Amino acid sequence: MSAKPFLLAAEGLNKSFDGFQAINDLSFYLDEGELRTVIGPNGAGKTTFLDLITGRTAPDNGSLVWDDGKHDLLKLNEYEIYRLGIGRKFQTPTVYNDHSVTENLLLSLAGSRGIWHSLFGKITRDQCERVAEILTIINLTGHAHRKAGTLAHGQKQWLEIGMLLAQDARLLLVDEPAAGMTDEETHRTGELLLSLAGKHTIVVIEHDMAFVRQISRGRKVTVLHQGHVLCEGPVDQIQNDERVIEVYLGRKSKAA
Amino acid sequence: MTTTPVSSRVHGPILFLAAVFLVVVMPALNCYGLIADFTLNLWGKYLCYGIMAVAIDLLWGYTGLLCLGQALFFSLGGYMMGMHLMLMIGKLGQYKSDLPDFMVFLGHSQLPGFWQPFYSFPFTLAMVFLVPGLLALVFGFLAFRSRIKGVYFSILTQALTYGAALLFFRNDLLVGGNNGFTDFRTLLGSDLRIATTQRWLYIATALLLVAVVAGCKWLTKSRFGLIQRAIRDSENRVLFSGYATANFKLFIFVASAMIAAAAGALYVPQVGIINPSEMTPEKSLEAVVWVALGGRGSLYGPVLGAVSVNALKSWASRAYPDMWLLILGGSFVLVVMFMPKGIIGIPAQIAGLAARLRRRRAEVAPDPAPATQMTDS
Repeated sequence: MSAKPFLLAAEGLNKSFDGFQAINDLSFYLDEGELRTVIGPNGAGKTTFLDLITGRTAPDNGSLVWDDGKHDLLKLNEYEIYRLGIGRKFQTPTVYNDHSVTENLLLSLAGSRGIWHSLFGKITRDQCERVAEILTIINLTGHAHRKAGTLAHGQKQWLEIGMLLAQDARLLLVDEPAAGMTDEETHRTGELLLSLAGKHTIVVIEHDMAFVRQISRGRKVTVLHQGHVLCEGPVDQIQNDERVIEVYLGRKSKAA
Repeated sequence: MTTTPVSSRVHGPILFLAAVFLVVVMPALNCYGLIADFTLNLWGKYLCYGIMAVAIDLLWGYTGLLCLGQALFFSLGGYMMGMHLMLMIGKLGQYKSDLPDFMVFLGHSQLPGFWQPFYSFPFTLAMVFLVPGLLALVFGFLAFRSRIKGVYFSILTQALTYGAALLFFRNDLLVGGNNGFTDFRTLLGSDLRIATTQRWLYIATALLLVAVVAGCKWLTKSRFGLIQRAIRDSENRVLFSGYATANFKLFIFVASAMIAAAAGALYVPQVGIINPSEMTPEKSLEAVVWVALGGRGSLYGPVLGAVSVNALKSWASRAYPDMWLLILGGSFVLVVMFMPKGIIGIPAQIAGLAARLRRRRAEVAPDPAPATQMTDS
């Protein structure tokens, strides 16, 4: 362990599904305020890793601790982990289709999650302002009253990012935010994530290398391969790493 | 999108008129002999079913939990009321004993301890809510904690109902076995066999229905309602947004059980009998059909469904005794095939049809270019 306290520390994680080793002796350390990009070929265990952090699946063994070891995430369930300040955007946009865009954000706003409050709590002016602010950030002000299910794919992605913002989480886990977006939308998503860096700690999982280059800007990129960290470093260094070229970029450049 | 405010503007007065009609006008007409006692009594029964249908809608239409045990909660409420009514018969029964007839018949000489407090009406009323509520609490706690969802939840509730019915069929449970309770005489000192008492029971049922619909409307409009529907559509997202979804589901499950139980408690004195055949899974399924026919996720639809199916049933079974099951089945098939949103969705369906017709006419019109542009947008 380094002297500096980690926000999230994973050590020796293993997880297999019916004999398939999705996560293999994975260790991963994240500092507060970091914007970390995680890349890796399909089946590298990226999404499974997020599932482990957010309590969706339990690892076979290993440790996963939060905030300088103050909390053992493996002992907590999904909503308890959320309440520590860990928010997640799913790979396929997961929004409430039958609710309006505004309602989606209202439900995600930080605040009480109790039944009593949900019955008798009033929506405050601060909350309305916050929703309006987020709507501007995610560029959906004009669609505030539309049902989320009628939005375009890219807009749903934005809405889910907006829901993460509403949570005001310390750690944002963002799974493939640019999937299904146009180049322009992808670029804007990158700008948004960059503007949040520092205020929040962010882990972005992505395939699109142009997008990775845009948001990493010399920051650390982690390459996962077969459930294990292959290497870490700035994007340029990674792209020249023999092993990475072999497992990931090499295959891509051959295809291109 | 614009149809929602328009229709709710129209709905308001219609709903108010419907409530006034059910609570005030119907009993008043009965008072002056314009509605037969028999008919009013029948409507009291329909409205009890309507309340149960709303309870199912709250669970199924709004939370996505298809419970096949609602008839169990309904009957449990009915049984609690039935126990009180049995004790109120006093010495007027066949055997002229303080004990309910079936106990004398079974050779008992003393009232079992758990029957004793049912002499008190307030206690009975509390039990009407507490017994089904507690059962729902324990069952729901176990089911939701184990993350039992979808069809598995439905099957489990069905199994619970079936098990309970088998239990209630047994004589040694001391609740009347397969004959259940009947031959009631008085409730709160009023003779149950006279029209005035039945009219008051009808009014109480209509009032309860209005209160339940209004209460559920408020609930589904609140933030709780938003979370409820979010659970229905994407439970994972809700869970990962920090809500303990199991607690929300448990709350709604218990509330729904208590609503059904209250309806059951009003049903028994009006129908005059309660036995275990009321709590079988078939009865629950029947109630689910009312909700589907009326239109789930609307609160009013299920009431319409419960009333119309039961009215059709009692009309068809009298007018065409040999055919009524066919008529009933045929109408179910028609609704499922042609009215996906149920009875309550008919106006919207007609509006949609009219819009399509207009569009087609616009396409046939001599100058189609601007018209198609309009409809495309």
